[in-house]
Formats: sequence, structure tokens, C-alpha cells
Amino acid sequence: MTEWWTYRLSDFLMFSARTYRRLFELYNTEVWPLPLVAFIVGVAALAIVWHRPRVPDIAVPVGPVMLAAAWLWIAWAFQLQRYATILTAAPWFAAAFAFEALILLAAAWIGAQTGAVSLSDGRRVCGLGLFAFAVLAYPWIGVLLGRPLSQAEVFGIAPDPTAIGTLGVLLLMPSGESGGRRLAGAMAWLIPLAWCAVSGATLCTMDAPEALLLPALAVIALVVAIRTRATRPAA
Amino acid sequence: MSTSTLPIERRRVLRRLALGLGAPWSAGVLAQPAPKSPALATKPIPSTGEALPVVGLGTWITFNVGNDRAARDGCAEVVNAFFDAGGQMIDSSPMYGSSQPVVGYALSRVKPTPKVFAADKVWTSSGPRGPAQIEESRRHWNVARFDLLQVHNLLSWEEHLPILLAMKAAGKLRYVGITTSEGRRHREIEDVMRRHPLDFVQVTYNLRDREVEQRILPLARERGIAVIANRPFREGALLRELQRHRLPTWAAEIDCTNWAQVALKFIVSHPALTCAIPATSSVAHVRENMAAATGRMPDSALRQRMAAHVDAL
Repeated sequence: MTEWWTYRLSDFLMFSARTYRRLFELYNTEVWPLPLVAFIVGVAALAIVWHRPRVPDIAVPVGPVMLAAAWLWIAWAFQLQRYATILTAAPWFAAAFAFEALILLAAAWIGAQTGAVSLSDGRRVCGLGLFAFAVLAYPWIGVLLGRPLSQAEVFGIAPDPTAIGTLGVLLLMPSGESGGRRLAGAMAWLIPLAWCAVSGATLCTMDAPEALLLPALAVIALVVAIRTRATRPAA
Repeated sequence: MSTSTLPIERRRVLRRLALGLGAPWSAGVLAQPAPKSPALATKPIPSTGEALPVVGLGTWITFNVGNDRAARDGCAEVVNAFFDAGGQMIDSSPMYGSSQPVVGYALSRVKPTPKVFAADKVWTSSGPRGPAQIEESRRHWNVARFDLLQVHNLLSWEEHLPILLAMKAAGKLRYVGITTSEGRRHREIEDVMRRHPLDFVQVTYNLRDREVEQRILPLARERGIAVIANRPFREGALLRELQRHRLPTWAAEIDCTNWAQVALKFIVSHPALTCAIPATSSVAHVRENMAAATGRMPDSALRQRMAAHVDAL
């Protein structure tokens, strides 16, 4: 691209806000009752994690495996099948989401090897808070802003709440102690963080009131991850 | 016209006959009534003298609605209103997401087949990929051939332009052009305009973005190149800005009842300008826009006054 410095974010927005919102409405309608099932599964997962101060060993790999399935589903059903109809870059997003699914499977393997972890209060509160926000609050943001519930973005099938929820879950996960495992753990953060930036920019260009929410939550998750560590409990 | 099969007067008579007989239009087809609007102002395409209505229809963002059936039907209503008002040129690009198939869908819904001036673009960095992309675009539009193909944003123009000129020579295309937007690569545009036999050039021109008045528009007149103005409302931002102010009294002198018409009349009244292509997803707005191609047009003195007025806002 020549004269790249003359381009603004709005030059890359190919669709209207109305078309973007309708995309979720049609998606929810076409895959119904999956939004309801995803919401119930999300609430159940949250309840399990919330009521256990120490995550059981068996649950450590289950979380990322379920998340991997969600990222893979979104790559195919949302990015490739729907978003790509209005955005040229969406197939690249689909590839990134599929890649994240692979990394999460690697994280699940690391979790299975490492077992449960001890978390500082701050890390646990932030991780649970982000996960709870993604599952319970995110679908209602549009309603609060005057949009119909049929356009709700649900954790597990819509990219934005899934990215935020994933950051929350990653805060609750072991990062691995050896170099390779630590690298795999760190890589799991990259695509959710990048998506929060991309989606935040898209919403910002559409003048969406919630535009800064996603990047702000991503920054909080990143700061907490850097300042705290998940460690193995003392024997 | 590539898709026109009947002389316009004959088509009007047949249309009126069909309506008078209460022809049972099939469901899902937008019956195009006889045009009720006054005749649109036209300008000749310098390379052929063919008359073109001075207001066309852009499709950036507004027609990129994906597979949303309701939104596609809305676009078809816009296209129907556009032709009903006497419009001809529709402009799209492979860069506009689903806009091309939505244009094709809309055209298929308007009966009888409208007299469309099909303007599209080639947009790929690969020269050899150009013909395949053009063919794919043609299939999306479902037209026999394009009237105008333009090299989008000058992307790999050195490779695409010879192909487009060869298509024109072979009768597979009627006009050839290049495009840019928002003031980018104007020096290069000028260079291509000087050295190649272009029929059209597409640039950004509106009440706020008037840089092309200095060199490109005079050069287009000198070289006999038709000019299409894109972003006439700066994707709506200009109108949002202008609508905060009262319509000036001189607007009535040129039969304008709203700012959109003022903005369009300013553009199309430039002597070098051939056509402006506002994009909209609203039937009411397309009617407003098309009305800008009727009535009195500003003269040079009023054009200067219009620009000064907007500069002072």
C-alpha cells in the first residue's frame, strides 16, 4: 500500500454499523438454540470455577479444550461463514482463531502435565471477573445500549466475549515452568489480545459506545498476568 | 448500453401498457413504474458524446450487506428508485465486499431490465489475475459486459491498463478509466492521464475536498476525459456537518431543498465533471440525490459563493 500514512481506520471499515449488528442477529437466529446452550454451558463452567478455591486437577485441561472448541467454531461459523461475507480480512481472522484453538489444546496438555495451580487473590479475582463478565454481562451490553437481544454476542459463539473470557481463563491457568511450556502458555495470550485491539478499533470506527471496553479489559488482563504468576501449590 | 435491449421510449410505452393492463408481476420482482420525475441533467462522455445523467449511484459500504436477505431487498428498493428517477451509472468494486453480488441481486429484481451503465473496477496487485477477477465481477453483476472498468486506486495500473484497453479494442468493454480517492497519488494520476487514452478518471471531489480543481479537472477537460466524483458527502460526514446549519437562501435559486442537493449540485456543475456517485441505503435519500440532477444549476459565480459559504462554516 502506497501512501499508507494517509489512511485512517475508517478507510478500512467496509460495512455499516447496522450491517455489523444484523450479522449477529442472523447468526443467532441461524444457529439457534446454540446461543442459549453456549450461555448455559458458560454459566455452569463459571459456577464450577467460582465455588472451588482450588481448581481440581481434572478441570485444568478441560477448560482450555472447551475454549479451543469455541475458538474453532467461531473461526468456521462466524469468521469464515458470516463475517467474510462483509469483510475481506475475515478469512485471515478465521485462520488466527483456528490457530488459537491449537494453542489452547497445547495449553490443555500443559495443564494436564502441571496439574492445579495456586493463584494470588488478585489474579484469581481478575480471572474470574473477566470470565464472569464475558459470560454473564457481555450479552446484555447491546440491550443496555438499546439494541435488541436477538443481536446479543454470547460467550463461546461470538468472538468478542470469547476473547475476553479466554483472557480470564488464561489467568486461571498454569503457564508452564520450562521454557517451551512457558512459551506455549504465553502464545495463547497473543491472539485474544490482538482480537481485542482489532475489534475495539472496528467498534471505535463505528462510533460504538462500548468500543473501548474490549481493549481496556485486555490491558487489565495483561497487567495482572505480568504482575502475578500462577504457581503449583506446595505439596 | 450493454444491457439495454429496447429504445427508451419504446420501453416506456410497453411499461405503461403493462401497468394499464394490470400485468401480474411475479412476487419478489420490483415493478418499475413509468418515470414520474422530470428529466435528469446529463453530460456527454467526451470520448464518445454519449449522454450520462450527472448523478449516479455508489455502492461502497451501503451495498455490502452480505447474505442479509432483508438488507438485500432494501438495496433492491434503492436501485429501483434510482432507475425510477432516471439514473443510469452504478459503480462498484471487488474491494467492496458483497456489494457486487448485491448489485446483481438488485438488478435482477428490477423489471423490466433497467438501462444500467455498469461501472466496476479491477483491484488486484497481480496483472495476470485481473481478467479472472473481471469475469468474476461480471458474473456477480450478471451483465453481458461492463460499460466502464477502472483500475482501482491505481493498483498495478501498469499491468491492468493494457488489458483493459485490449478489452475495449475487442468490444468487450466500452470505456476505460482509473480511480483514486481522498487526494492520493494525484501526480501519478496526472501522469497516466497525459500518457494513456483514458475515457474516465474517478477522483474525490466535494465542497470540502477541492484539490482536483487545480490540476486534474483542467487536465481532464484538456484531454477529453470524463470525471466521476466519489465521496461527494465524505461518507456522510460532510452532510452531518452541514446539517447543523440552516440552508442558505441562495439554495432556493438552484432549486435545492436540502444540503445533499446543494453538495451534489456544486459537484456536477463543475464544467469538467461528468457524474457524481453518492452511495446510500435509503430510498428517500436516493430520491433526494436524483433530484439534484434536475432544476437550475449554479453558475460559476454561485459555485464560488457556495465554496466560500461552506469554508466559513
